[in-house]
Amino acid sequence: MSLLAAPTLAHYLVLGAILFAISMAGIFLNRRNVIIVLMAIELMLLAVNLNFIAFSRYLGDMGGQVFVFFILTVAAAESAIGLAILVLLFRNVGSIDVEDLGTLKG
Amino acid sequence: MTFQTFTFYVFAAILVFAALRVVTTRNPVQAALWLVLSFFTAAGVWLLLQAEFLAIALVLVYVGAVMVLFLFVVMMLDVNFDNLRQHFRSYVPIGALVGALVLLEMALVIVGSAIGPGTELPPAPVGSNTRALGRLLYVDYVYPFEIAAVVLLVAIVAAIALTHRQRRESKYQSPGAQVKVRRADRVRLVKMPTEKR
Repeated sequence: MSLLAAPTLAHYLVLGAILFAISMAGIFLNRRNVIIVLMAIELMLLAVNLNFIAFSRYLGDMGGQVFVFFILTVAAAESAIGLAILVLLFRNVGSIDVEDLGTLKG
Repeated sequence: MTFQTFTFYVFAAILVFAALRVVTTRNPVQAALWLVLSFFTAAGVWLLLQAEFLAIALVLVYVGAVMVLFLFVVMMLDVNFDNLRQHFRSYVPIGALVGALVLLEMALVIVGSAIGPGTELPPAPVGSNTRALGRLLYVDYVYPFEIAAVVLLVAIVAAIALTHRQRRESKYQSPGAQVKVRRADRVRLVKMPTEKR
């Protein structure tokens, strides 16, 4: 596989894998800051969507794009509810540090 | 090196750089803006894969709505973000280790399997991408589509129910109490002797 040839399926999959790994590392790096963790989750979903679309194009099946559509829907709902919980958390606890959220811990 | 290859590498480089900046930058507002850039470049990569409708939807839905929501929340919360980054350096080794492991595993799968260089690019689909997607969505996937609509409705209701709070100082009517009221609650008949002249 020459690097300078036209992009193949593997190119897109490697790009998706790099993106996923970056966001996975990002969750660990910013594990005290809930906002950045939510952003890293959005990046992960973007990487998954990239894989779906690449497979959809290279296997000639439009079904993958429909699934990307559904993933976009669920991701939008997830971030809306996540941010609402975050606002509520800040209003009640006064912090968004994960370390401060030990109320349920015995 | 064709123009398509060149475009792919430019977009891929910008995408990876922007993603790195999202997880490493100090200021969450900047992180959100880097995330906007990565969504834009991802939409460019999707255009290369001829998913035009989804590329536009990504820009409209994500950059237009979700990222604006993120920016609102980041700016609305008065958080001391420097406190949150105190232990950032101590998390670098484990983060880098996990990221490298995930990348290694995925690379093993991609390189070791038949999907590498062997997959032929099928001929480009003719006609409108939006039309093909819409036909599939409204015919084959119509029930999942409706479930997606319900998911969005639940998200709307949940977000409002979670963050809505009743203001103490605002005046409002309570229609239930108004309907339930009886004559005795409002009118009091007072019997008193008439005054003698």
